[in-house]
Amino acid sequence: MSRWSAFQTSLLHPTVRSFIKSVLGSILGLILGLIICKFAGESPFHILKILYTSCFGSGYDFGMTLFCTAPLILTGLAVAIPLRAGLFNIGAEGQLTLGAIAVASSSVVWPSLTSHPALQWLAIPFAATLGFLAGGLWGAIPGVLKAKRGSHEVITTIMLNFIAAGISAYLAIYVLKDPESTQAQTVFLPEFFHLKPFTIFNGAPMGHLIWITLLGVVLFHLWITKSAWGYKLRAVGENELAAETYGISKQRSWMSSMFIGGGVAGLVGVVEVLGNSHRFKMGFSADYGFVGIAVALLARGNILGILPSAFLFGMLQKGSGSLDLETEKITRELSYLIQGLIILGVASEGLWEILSTHLKTRVLKGAKRKNG
Amino acid sequence: MSKIKNKCALFGMVGLLTSLLATPSWAELKVGLVLDSAGKDDKSFNSTAYDGMKRAEKELGIVAKTVEAPDPSSYETLQRAFADKKFDLIIAIGFLQLDAVKKNAARYPDQKFLLIDSDAQMPNVRSVMFEEQEGSYLVGALAAMHSKTGKIGFMGGMDVPLIRRFQLGYEAGAKKINPKIEILINYLGVTAEAWSNTPKAKELALAQYNRGADVIFVAAGNSGMGVFDAAEAQNKLAIGVDSNQDGIKPGHILTSMLKRGDEVVFDSIKLLKEGKLTPGLFRYGVKTKGVDYSVDSFNAKLVSADDRKKLEELRAGIISGKISVPDYYVIQKKK
Repeated sequence: MSRWSAFQTSLLHPTVRSFIKSVLGSILGLILGLIICKFAGESPFHILKILYTSCFGSGYDFGMTLFCTAPLILTGLAVAIPLRAGLFNIGAEGQLTLGAIAVASSSVVWPSLTSHPALQWLAIPFAATLGFLAGGLWGAIPGVLKAKRGSHEVITTIMLNFIAAGISAYLAIYVLKDPESTQAQTVFLPEFFHLKPFTIFNGAPMGHLIWITLLGVVLFHLWITKSAWGYKLRAVGENELAAETYGISKQRSWMSSMFIGGGVAGLVGVVEVLGNSHRFKMGFSADYGFVGIAVALLARGNILGILPSAFLFGMLQKGSGSLDLETEKITRELSYLIQGLIILGVASEGLWEILSTHLKTRVLKGAKRKNG
Repeated sequence: MSKIKNKCALFGMVGLLTSLLATPSWAELKVGLVLDSAGKDDKSFNSTAYDGMKRAEKELGIVAKTVEAPDPSSYETLQRAFADKKFDLIIAIGFLQLDAVKKNAARYPDQKFLLIDSDAQMPNVRSVMFEEQEGSYLVGALAAMHSKTGKIGFMGGMDVPLIRRFQLGYEAGAKKINPKIEILINYLGVTAEAWSNTPKAKELALAQYNRGADVIFVAAGNSGMGVFDAAEAQNKLAIGVDSNQDGIKPGHILTSMLKRGDEVVFDSIKLLKEGKLTPGLFRYGVKTKGVDYSVDSFNAKLVSADDRKKLEELRAGIISGKISVPDYYVIQKKK
């Protein structure tokens, strides 16, 4: 077999194929977006240059891009993990909202932390645990409803988003309210709750957290692909009937995947509250929970794929303001447009099927010619 | 040859120097405006600020650049971008930008900022706050004067302290005219969607009208359009907010509680041009007409001369301190 045909055969591997689909989809979406810019009277190269500078232009810009990316990695995971068990989690927004308010409440929940300096190293892990539990329990509700009652998770997660918004608003305005401020925000957390940003980022609120997030993604990848628990999740996601026949409980997979997905979404509270504003502010999320759906879909449920996918969306989010600022005619909406076109490009299954069938027949023909 | 080269260099130097020296005298002022995520088409507060900016661009000959923040994490980035480009003044609209302005004002101590709707307490920031409760008091009184049923309504966007401030002033004004008046109150939601949920606003407004309210004051950004639709459908009255919305459904909008973001933006840029822009907190109430009720050709038939006379008496009362309007911010801090 020549090297070329070996390469062609490797393209048929499902992981490689879905990777290619995602990359081609993104490029297609970007090109369509740039064509629209051209019609609007802006040079596409200028747009690309703005997007590049807005991401890599300075330490601050790169730090801000990472700050936009980190929550999307987490919400991407929150959608992708249940997706592997066959559930579509639209509730990451509610899960992260409750996670964030739980993180912000940690100084109130455990007040003796403030008075005992010896315990203060526990503050950040404690806050993170609270965030994970709050998001996780909120995610587990639709998981349990699905497992015990068969309620469709898309409906329940959407409804729980609104309830979460209501609960967090109530807590922020009436229970945990910052007495110094007239706005809907919680008390400022003491110094020992703050995550220190890297000085190289020159003011952008991102520090060692980014390494921990990256490590977390790798661990989740190993968990899903190598562990027995992860195998059960995938088995239920691929074919629940077959999985049940082999004695795998679909209920347990659903509940656990929703708990862990929700918990990971809750950790967005760590990025925002401990890393950035040091308090819960109503409406802090830039729809991270919903963009997370797009992140997971672009990654096609592949856990490692979430990293580049979240970075792309983080870059576009960071860039949307710059596009408005640096051009005369383009507004922030263009960035939403490109995001939408990318999803469309990735989702246009029909187009990719035609391409891959074409490729398959060519590979088969080549092999036949060799053998014959 | 070398002589010519030298001469060229000399000319070049002279040219460069004159242009450098000349720049400050005729350089145009550069003003950057960062709107909050509602954007310039919110037909409400961001719109008024944008109008003020447009007017300043036309009348004062400044270089104006407006950006709409796509999400809360971008306030700081956009303000920084303006500061790095050496803009003469950066205007931030909305209390959501408070923390970003504080951070950037510390980072760029020589940069001038104007923050509207919150108080930054920084030496290089001019903070402007509106006394929304005073304007709401006047329109509340007007609503009570026009109510035949003894019931009026209030529709808030998101349940946040700022909107409570509107509500409290409105209630006090209405009760001043008719102590027995009943006030129906609804808030549209707990997410940012509350500012743009027109259908829900319409449904709730219809419900309020059906329960007997005949005037509804809506402080809910874009959602207000739903209330105006309901007012037209039921042939009742509504009161607009922030910008002059009287012309949206002529004959059905009694008045608008104006919050003159446009005046503040324009005046500040004018002061900047004259070199008189000072930092500190400035409050705009009914005295300076920073908040006001609107009267124009669309509602002239609705608001009679008698009504206006009464309203002006109330205004005088507020200014002289005879009438004290409850302020939610103050009450909340006391709690």
